Amino acid sequence: MNTAVDGLRIEHVHVWRGERHVLKGVSLAVHPRELLHISGPNGTGKTTLLRVASGLLRPEQGTVTWMGRSITSSSSQYQAVMAYSSHEPALKSDLTALENLRFAVGLKRRVTLQELRTVLDCTGVGPIADLPTRVLSAGQRRRVALARVLAMRATLWLLDEPYSNLDASGTELLSGLLQAHVEGGGVALVVAHHALALDCNVRRLELNS
Amino acid sequence: MWTWFYKLASPPHVFRVAAAFVPWLLGVAALALGYGLIDGLAIAPLDYQQGDAFRMIYVHVPSAILSLTVYTVMAAASAVALIWRIKVGHAVAAASAPIGASFTLAALVTGSLWGRPMWGTYWAWDPRLTSELILLFLYVGVMSLRSAFEDPARGDRAAALLAVVGVVNVPIVHFSVVWWNSLHQGATVVRLGAPKMPGSMLWPLLAMWLGFMLFYGAVLCMRLQGELLNRERQALWVREAIKS
Amino acid sequence: MTVGGWEAFLLIVRRELVLSFRRPEQLLQPLVFFLIVTTLFPLGLSLQLSLLRDISPGVLWTAALLSSLLSLDALFKSDADDGTLEQLSLSGQSLTLIVVAKTCAHWLVSGAALVVVSPIVATALGIPVAAFATMMLSLALGTVTLSWLGAIGAGLTIGLRRGNVLLSLIVLPLATPLLIFGAAATERAISGSSAEGAMYFLASVCVFTCTLAPLAATAALRITLE
Repeated sequence: MNTAVDGLRIEHVHVWRGERHVLKGVSLAVHPRELLHISGPNGTGKTTLLRVASGLLRPEQGTVTWMGRSITSSSSQYQAVMAYSSHEPALKSDLTALENLRFAVGLKRRVTLQELRTVLDCTGVGPIADLPTRVLSAGQRRRVALARVLAMRATLWLLDEPYSNLDASGTELLSGLLQAHVEGGGVALVVAHHALALDCNVRRLELNS
Repeated sequence: MWTWFYKLASPPHVFRVAAAFVPWLLGVAALALGYGLIDGLAIAPLDYQQGDAFRMIYVHVPSAILSLTVYTVMAAASAVALIWRIKVGHAVAAASAPIGASFTLAALVTGSLWGRPMWGTYWAWDPRLTSELILLFLYVGVMSLRSAFEDPARGDRAAALLAVVGVVNVPIVHFSVVWWNSLHQGATVVRLGAPKMPGSMLWPLLAMWLGFMLFYGAVLCMRLQGELLNRERQALWVREAIKS
Repeated sequence: MTVGGWEAFLLIVRRELVLSFRRPEQLLQPLVFFLIVTTLFPLGLSLQLSLLRDISPGVLWTAALLSSLLSLDALFKSDADDGTLEQLSLSGQSLTLIVVAKTCAHWLVSGAALVVVSPIVATALGIPVAAFATMMLSLALGTVTLSWLGAIGAGLTIGLRRGNVLLSLIVLPLATPLLIFGAAATERAISGSSAEGAMYFLASVCVFTCTLAPLAATAALRITLE
């Protein structure tokens, strides 16, 4: 296995937000069966880094490659194997949890409603799958967003503060899912403020201004 | 051979070139405008039908032509900036927009003043003036869009796209307005048409047109310098340029 | 197994329709606005039906333009606000497909609704029934074009303060040909003469816009999303 082209590689990325030089030559590499924990004080560019990794933000300088190929030149293939979760749950408040998943995941791969219900059960929101998400609590919405990531069956998970609003059981659930994902050959980049108590291969990247 | 072209993507180079051009452009523009105004306003013969009023043509027609030319320049610079990501293009577009809008306004005002003695009113929905009015709205739209963004880079790109979309629409709008006017044209309304032009009338007009063009070029270079300084204010070359 | 283009298109259209019908008041508001604006004209002018008939094409079309503008703001705004627009852009489907699907769905619930309601408004303005077919066809073509112009404008103004005002400022000058040709076609139909010329121009503007606007709207969205 040629580790040089495995996984996600970010090289010498510079991003300016107006006049602020948010990311100054950041480089990182994450291989399969690895989880990268990105931490750092507020305003140091953790979210920006994740957005660059997802392809939402094009850096002024630097490259992002997945499995040796630039993500801009093969964006639809990249998006097919990647799942991004921002720190808002990004759900339509008028749609039910099930509908949200259906319209999001259904664009990536063919899913049945039964399959989606199973996934929602996994993340503990099965009973409320048919309620519009505006009546759900913040923690429940986070669980629905998590279910969406899970249902996409992506190899690469890019999660921005996925632990926010989760209670103790939710935190445990997420850690378990991350562990299973990484051990199963997946890659994950997780932005989190606290230490992650995980058994798998965790590396840390600390961003500072 | 194409190096001069590639250098145009470099802000400090363009800054220097613009600075060098300004005095020449202004000088020749002054000559052309001087000749045009004197000849046109004082010396050229009166038009048989319209009397002295037609002299407005010497300001109105060049203004109108320039209003369209500047929009085209703005759109072309925007297209270059969007496609090849050359930031100087955005600077040129941003510098040109207010100039073009001013020319459009000048065309509208002079057109209205010209129309007064002929129509008896300051505005009679003449097709060309109506087109100019819509062009003014397009200019205002581009300028408003650019300034509405907090991130200036995004504002530039959005305004650039709008300029390109607008330039495609300008012929359509003009055609539709002319068509509309031909539907409702009363026999009594006199168009702001140029009378048949003997040489003595044509030369001052051409001189004015040339003068306006060069004037636009000069003002563009001046504004462009300002734009580049502002946009690149973090860069080293700006600090050097300010010191000198 | 990845999802094909047509399937994705239908899924997005379905999503938009489900969302629209969950808030039926938002569908009705532009239509009510359409009715209100057309009522303002007779109230502001004299009641003479003959005069009304003279200005009715212009009134109808102006009212249709303005009420279409109201709903255009919502094309991308809601998705941009709650973060789902980003998710759509990362779904693996081309951004152009997403834009086309959303705009088509938007037309179905706004433009098409306007066309359906137009006979009511037309009757109030004294437009004879014989002119209805031309009028409705011209409105259909016009609203499709307007949905596309609006998509470009909406893409450019997402998230801006007073974005909807700027949207109107951008879209209305570009929409003047629609107004001119559409109103002329309706007027010709009312007076019994052939509206062919105007309709052909309207149709060609519509086709031209439908061909190029998706590219421009996608570019606009990319500028905003970055």
